[in-house]
Amino acid sequence: MRRAAQFAFVMLTFAVGVSKAMSADVQNFAAVERGRYLAAAADCGSCHTVPGSDHPFSGGRPIETPFGVLVAPNITPDRETGIGAWTDEEFDAAARKGMRRDGKRLYPAMPFPYFARMTQEDVKDIRAYLSTVEPVHNSVAANQLPFPLNQRMAMTVWDKLYFKPGEFMEQRNKSKQWNRGAYLVEGPGHCGACHTPKTVLGGDKSDKPLQGYTLQGWVAPDITSGQGPLAEWSADDLAQYLKTGHNRFAAAAGLMGEVVELSTSRLSDDDTKAMAAYLKDVSGPKAAADSSADAHVMAAGGAIYQDLCSACHKSDGSGVPNLIPNLAHAATVNTGDPTTVLRVILQGAQSVATDKEPTGPAMPAFGWQLNDVQVAAVATYVRNHWGKAPPVSADQAKKERAALDARTN
Amino acid sequence: MARKLPRKDVVIIGLGWTGSIMAYELADAGLDVIAIERGPWRNTATDYPPGYAADELRYRIRHELFLSPSQTTFTFRNKMSETALPIRTWGAFMPPNGVGGGGVHWNAETWRFLPSDFVLKTHLTQRYGAGFLPEDMTVQDWGVTYDELEPHYDRFEYLCGTSGQAGNIKGTIMEGGNPFEGPRSRAYPNPPQDQPFGHTLFGKAARELGYKPFPQPSGNMSRPYQNPLGVRLGPCTYCGFCEWFGCGNYSKASPQTTILPALVRKPNFTARDNSEVTRINVDGSGKRATGVSFVDTAGDEWEQPADLVVLSAYTIFNVQLLLLSGIGKAYDPAANTGVVGRNFTHQTISDVVSFFDPAKFVFNPFIASGAIGMCIDEFNGDNFDHGPHGFVGGGYMGHVQTNGRPIETTPVPPGTPSWGAAWKKAVKENYQSAIKPGTGVHGSMYSYRDVYLDLDPTYKDRFNRPLVRITMDFHDNEIKQNKFLTDKFAEIFQAMGAKQVHKEYRKAPYDITKYQTTHLCGGAIMGTDPNTSALNRYLQSWDVPNLFVLGASAFPQNAGYNPTGTVAALAYWAADAIRSNYLKNPGQLINA
Repeated sequence: MRRAAQFAFVMLTFAVGVSKAMSADVQNFAAVERGRYLAAAADCGSCHTVPGSDHPFSGGRPIETPFGVLVAPNITPDRETGIGAWTDEEFDAAARKGMRRDGKRLYPAMPFPYFARMTQEDVKDIRAYLSTVEPVHNSVAANQLPFPLNQRMAMTVWDKLYFKPGEFMEQRNKSKQWNRGAYLVEGPGHCGACHTPKTVLGGDKSDKPLQGYTLQGWVAPDITSGQGPLAEWSADDLAQYLKTGHNRFAAAAGLMGEVVELSTSRLSDDDTKAMAAYLKDVSGPKAAADSSADAHVMAAGGAIYQDLCSACHKSDGSGVPNLIPNLAHAATVNTGDPTTVLRVILQGAQSVATDKEPTGPAMPAFGWQLNDVQVAAVATYVRNHWGKAPPVSADQAKKERAALDARTN
Repeated sequence: MARKLPRKDVVIIGLGWTGSIMAYELADAGLDVIAIERGPWRNTATDYPPGYAADELRYRIRHELFLSPSQTTFTFRNKMSETALPIRTWGAFMPPNGVGGGGVHWNAETWRFLPSDFVLKTHLTQRYGAGFLPEDMTVQDWGVTYDELEPHYDRFEYLCGTSGQAGNIKGTIMEGGNPFEGPRSRAYPNPPQDQPFGHTLFGKAARELGYKPFPQPSGNMSRPYQNPLGVRLGPCTYCGFCEWFGCGNYSKASPQTTILPALVRKPNFTARDNSEVTRINVDGSGKRATGVSFVDTAGDEWEQPADLVVLSAYTIFNVQLLLLSGIGKAYDPAANTGVVGRNFTHQTISDVVSFFDPAKFVFNPFIASGAIGMCIDEFNGDNFDHGPHGFVGGGYMGHVQTNGRPIETTPVPPGTPSWGAAWKKAVKENYQSAIKPGTGVHGSMYSYRDVYLDLDPTYKDRFNRPLVRITMDFHDNEIKQNKFLTDKFAEIFQAMGAKQVHKEYRKAPYDITKYQTTHLCGGAIMGTDPNTSALNRYLQSWDVPNLFVLGASAFPQNAGYNPTGTVAALAYWAADAIRSNYLKNPGQLINA
């Protein structure tokens, strides 16, 4: 009897040991499927896969932050260089608390402040899915920040300032769709990681949610409605943009193009509609109108516009629905920060191609053809003729040109 | 020593219109497809953006989008008794190169051939008697009928978003369309393009003369369009930079704007650009293709094995690869044996330049598109009784002036000095009030025993392969046809009120230095008899059943229309035969 009990005890610990080292959910088809979907919703591949690589999630992609470059780690199930040896609990702590397996803290390039809103089950299912992908032996030195930022101790303070743990709480006075959308936007979708303004320490300015920020050489525009720039976008416009990368106003390119390609285009119609319903309910302040553009600059910009831009964007800037952006309503054009509009004029842009909108039209580069004064004039024209975004100076164009020359992406 | 690549289900030679269509259809059927293209990859925004798409010097004069004759060329002679010499600057036609092929730089004139065109020999013999045709004319029936091709014409027009006015929907004649066209199953996907002033006047004058003018069917968009593959095109801006140019604003149907965006999303499709196929490989029996050999820009040779080979290059290159690969018996005009190289044709184009009173007529010729214009079809094919005229064939005619580009649009009245102050004055006076319709008379060219392609005995390419030799001249039938049509065409401009009308007849000998069109046809023709055709009615080689040869090289003779609509319809027709029949039971689809 005693021997039998001992045996049972040994079996139990063995079983527990196995479940701790390997996710039991790998055996669960439904969990793996949910995990795959949620990994897309959380856009894990955007950072953890080198673009174009045949080895998804094997890390190595440099992530540009205001503080320096971090390199996304390998999250394939490789036991030595990936996360194969991690327990589900360790994975959950990393995703939702920013705690590494060794007890040190993750930098918030990993959007754990958003993933904290996710349910434990969702994170566990993502783990289950990640356990099924090809293990890749790829050692990544994630932290390439300069001293003292490379001291992860500093993150203890940061977490105290900016990290608010806690799962998403449903709001009972809102619809089921609204709550689903809020969960996706605030949790896995981590929209605010780009679209919410940041403090000097890189934390969210939580009083200005989704009101726009500039990162990695692109503007993540203010995506609030109410009086905000997306006021004239309907929920359907927003959902269509998320699902296809295009709508009657705008086309996703650059970082948002990646987000659409790897994440939002892979979500169900119900989920993109839910995200749109929630986003339409986030109000923002009215952009300050700026009428200081010089009349001569506007005249020159208008002439350049008619000569070079109107063939596609039309003389009145209205473009072609789902093909050529409407400059009067494209949020990146009329936002305060001209980074994206300058970048696109100078360098061109490849819009995203999706299953629903496979065209992927591209804007050609004009940097070879227009000098800084001309770039500034046409940028000022497209921002100030239909809307009232601030004028752009030749000096800003010059700086953007230099910044693009220095970029590798 | 060629390096061998992993086997594919299908290898496609040339990624133009037909290669793209076939690649999409076969990849869609689940096959693993690779396309090998001699020229570079081309995209709208990176290769012909609006910033320089309208550079007349770059594209029109310096031929940027075409094959460079220094890469490969052809030799030419008019008569079999002459010695052919290499073409060193393109003239009569412009060989395409690169992804998209001629579909990048065409005008987008998107026609269907007449029902009688496909049964030409039978039709003409029945109507006029066998003795009516010139003795050395070698016209044939195609082996496929208009009715069989109709659904495939329809697919291409809906792929492209063709802008036009139907003339015959299921047998009902439609006002404002071409009443002579074969019945179509439905209207064009888009309404016709708007017509500029001069083109509108031409239509009015033609109607007053009793003709039934209609807008030219155009692959330039009259409005935004999303095709059945989900790919979108924007509306045409009427900039007048189509032919020999790429469209900078997604308005002209091309493989790039209609099919490649959907094709490249297919994981079972790959493409290799800047790689020239040098040979189709066949096994010891000579009856089965095993794949192709190609050379990359480093000069390295590769072998791409495949179960099915699709040859979809430009007309002459299709014939060249067949001849160099020993597939099919080479045509011998003296013995009148063999099939590869026979029934080679081009087009019979002429123009009428009209001068109007500058005080009354301001045409703004720069407002145009590649397939703009009003046409009549009364003198095409066998739409009129040829009995009294002593010739066969015909063509559409129309005021289809596609541009007012400054370097080339300098029409001056006959007798004006060709340079100097008087010439400049005349250009200035007439630029706005002259009409130079371009390919105004778009006549057929029928096939003859002594017009053909073979391998040149002297000149070789950079791989030491013989160049293709063109032997081509006009015969009396085409010259008579052109005289008749050009005179009829001129009458319309006179009725418009031109003060001077200058006819530029097409005359013999065939001139290889003067541009007509890029519509070279034949050489690897389809038909019902393996003794007189290289391909069966499904464009399948009679000799090597796992080889299909697409393109205008299959035309037994050329009709009086631009060929691309028919070229594409045949590609869909062949793709349908492969998907529906060949894949279930690979082998010869026709027992002859």
